[in-house]
Amino acid sequence: MQIQPILAALRKHRLATMLIALEIALACAVLCNASSMIADRLSAMRIQSGVDEAALATVQLTGYTPAQAADVDARAITALRSVPGVQSATLVNSIPFGMRRGTAGITTDAAGQHFGGVIEFYVGGPGSLQALGAQIIAGRAPQADDFHAFTGLMPETASIQITQALAEHLWPGANPLGKEIWLDKWHFRVVGVLKDLVRPDPQGWTAEQREWSVFVPAAPGPYLTGSYLLRADPKDLPRVMRDALLAVGKAVPEVVIDREDSHTLPDLRHEVFRQDRSMAGLLIGVIVALLGVTAFGIVGLASFWVAQRRKQIGIRRALGATRADILHYFQTENFLIVTFGIVLGIILAIGINLALMKFFEVPRLPLWYLPVGVIVLWALGQLAVLVPALRASNVPPVVATRSV
Amino acid sequence: MFAYYLDLALRSLKRNRLLTVLMVLAIAIGIGASMTTLTVMHLLSGDPLPGKSANIFYPQVDASPKGFTKGGPLDVLDYRSAVDLWGAHRADRQALIANSDVKVRAPGTNLPPLMLHMLATTSDFFPMFNVPFEYGSAWTPSDDADRARVAVISSDLNDKLFGGKDSVGKTLRLKDSDVRIVGVLARWRPSPLFYDVRGGRFANGDTGDFYRRSEDVFTPFQSGLEINAGNFWQFTCWHMPDNPGHLKNAPCVWVALWVELDSAAKATDYRTFIASYAEQQKVLGRFTQTETRMMNLMQWLDYNHVLPRDVKLQTWLAFAFLAICLFNTVGLLLAKFLRRAGEIGVRRALGASRRAVFAQCLTEAGLVGFIGGVGGWVLTLVGLWLVRRQQPPYSDLVHMDVSMFFVTFVLAVAVSLLAGALPALRASRIAPALQLKTL
Repeated sequence: MQIQPILAALRKHRLATMLIALEIALACAVLCNASSMIADRLSAMRIQSGVDEAALATVQLTGYTPAQAADVDARAITALRSVPGVQSATLVNSIPFGMRRGTAGITTDAAGQHFGGVIEFYVGGPGSLQALGAQIIAGRAPQADDFHAFTGLMPETASIQITQALAEHLWPGANPLGKEIWLDKWHFRVVGVLKDLVRPDPQGWTAEQREWSVFVPAAPGPYLTGSYLLRADPKDLPRVMRDALLAVGKAVPEVVIDREDSHTLPDLRHEVFRQDRSMAGLLIGVIVALLGVTAFGIVGLASFWVAQRRKQIGIRRALGATRADILHYFQTENFLIVTFGIVLGIILAIGINLALMKFFEVPRLPLWYLPVGVIVLWALGQLAVLVPALRASNVPPVVATRSV
Repeated sequence: MFAYYLDLALRSLKRNRLLTVLMVLAIAIGIGASMTTLTVMHLLSGDPLPGKSANIFYPQVDASPKGFTKGGPLDVLDYRSAVDLWGAHRADRQALIANSDVKVRAPGTNLPPLMLHMLATTSDFFPMFNVPFEYGSAWTPSDDADRARVAVISSDLNDKLFGGKDSVGKTLRLKDSDVRIVGVLARWRPSPLFYDVRGGRFANGDTGDFYRRSEDVFTPFQSGLEINAGNFWQFTCWHMPDNPGHLKNAPCVWVALWVELDSAAKATDYRTFIASYAEQQKVLGRFTQTETRMMNLMQWLDYNHVLPRDVKLQTWLAFAFLAICLFNTVGLLLAKFLRRAGEIGVRRALGASRRAVFAQCLTEAGLVGFIGGVGGWVLTLVGLWLVRRQQPPYSDLVHMDVSMFFVTFVLAVAVSLLAGALPALRASRIAPALQLKTL
């Protein structure tokens, strides 16, 4: 295929060529950046919680005084445990993807000089860590005598389990067992390492910080109350959740069930990522519409050119060009225009990404998105030009002899 | 002449239906996408107190120890500073606010107890923020001083508990105390819920919650603190409070102060006043730093980046998309006009001026834009419905108002005229002789 005549023809149609190329460039830039944002949102949604989400649910109670706590908890837990299908009902202050009640900054020395970051304290009663299903990869699980009564935020001292992500952050490369963390008057010693345990609110944190959690064993009482963790067979969970709410409503009618925060963990997770899901959906919609509009533009303009050049095509055919020659002419022409657009588009894509990184905290565009975007646009261009090009190849040579 | 051009344009559009449909579709989709995001942006970025926001200020001092914060005072005040500044009554109006959740029961109804957001505030809150009343009125300054057991409730709560009837004088049970309802608000939906805005720069752009509904229960400040002791939320603490929820003497910030200052001179005076207060507190040993700040309402909203990041991102995306549609339309119009070169040549030969050809082509482009605008309007309605279906906190605000309805058509026609200008110019430059020769 000779490129020279095509370039000569394009030079005669500079304006239209530029328009299609610019459209392709913009499409390329938006396509690459939007795809990268979709991937970012989807990866945030796939976060490992480290707990048996499918088997867990929570019931949250409020509206009673610390003095009433022991009585309310006793009645509520009895009611929850009597719901058929409930394997365990325990107390824990924060719930993955749900209530957040233990966020605080820690230090790795008693003097409070070495700041260790803002972490999540899961303060839980006996059985709650097992109920969560968090996997212990080193050290030990809490024992019966680890659970101390307390007032305020949590016990002033305790033997805790820490996630490996947080351990690696606080003491890189070192064995975390036996290490200590401080926070004002509180002081904890690490006795176990958890594989994963996500924060209740992973979205507000960077990928590294999302698993900075510890489990603090504590005895239920006035300050660890009303936040129940239910475990049941995943198949039964929705039914168990409905029955549990009814049972609690009957057992403690004088308190308020916080219905907004009492859900199964799959539901809570769904809710937490609602915004990400809708944004990803919107981006996918934009990409589809964008590719569609770009394809329409190519079809429209290519059809116009074919109509305009009917006579020339006829002359070429009369002079011995085959149908394939004509077909290839338009395909090559489209390939050249799209390539030109893509070159501009890659520069634009990187520029837009830099701006987005600056103003919207969007992650850097992985470079391999660019070749993928290029291939998609090449394919789109060839697909769009196919129908007009086939029509061109069907122009009979006899057209050359007609005056119009 | 315009009617004639319109007729010509209609004929021309009917001649090549596929091309027309493609152009109208491109404009409609582009307009639909950009108007959906623009409408959301318009609804979320308005002035919540039009005409007054410039006189509403948010004074800040800092009681935290040195090094606890960077970049100015903490977002809200500690109890002592807030009450001191409020008690000085140096502004035209001043209101303290503190947030908590409260257990609410209505004696005499069978409804289960509710947990609702409560705002403990002072009487100036209502006139200062132009809060409308359906029944009754706000409490008086003497109620503030007497710690009276009174409350104002939202229209939502009044509907829920009293079926929307006048409930002034009725009793409400807040936690363990009975309060008398003195006022019921008319429907009031400030967007954003400006007086509760704080901490926006730590929200990573996820600020949808600033657009939630206002509180359901309002009580005098000190009455609220007594009634609902133990349930107040801190913004932050530099030491953990001994007794969570009881914050009066805790090393925490949790109370906000809003003031109304009706002139620039008064604002300057007030700045001097809070600066001297900070100096005085430092001398007394309670403050370690004397930095103060006082922004007006809109500055404070800006500082907190209230507009959710995703909304801004979507708007940019939509306009990039509109630009693609624009390029697309330019290309298609160019094809369409130049295809009619022969016809235009005849018109020119019969005496039509370049200007007339240009006007005719633009009319056609404008018509495409208008039809695209109708499609865009329908798509915008669909888009807004989709936004509502995602249930953001502001979903009840999302609707198309009259101004946005007109903007849709203006934008659609403007985009198509812009798209049509270049092709029309090209068409008007067609040399008649050359075209006639080939006929």
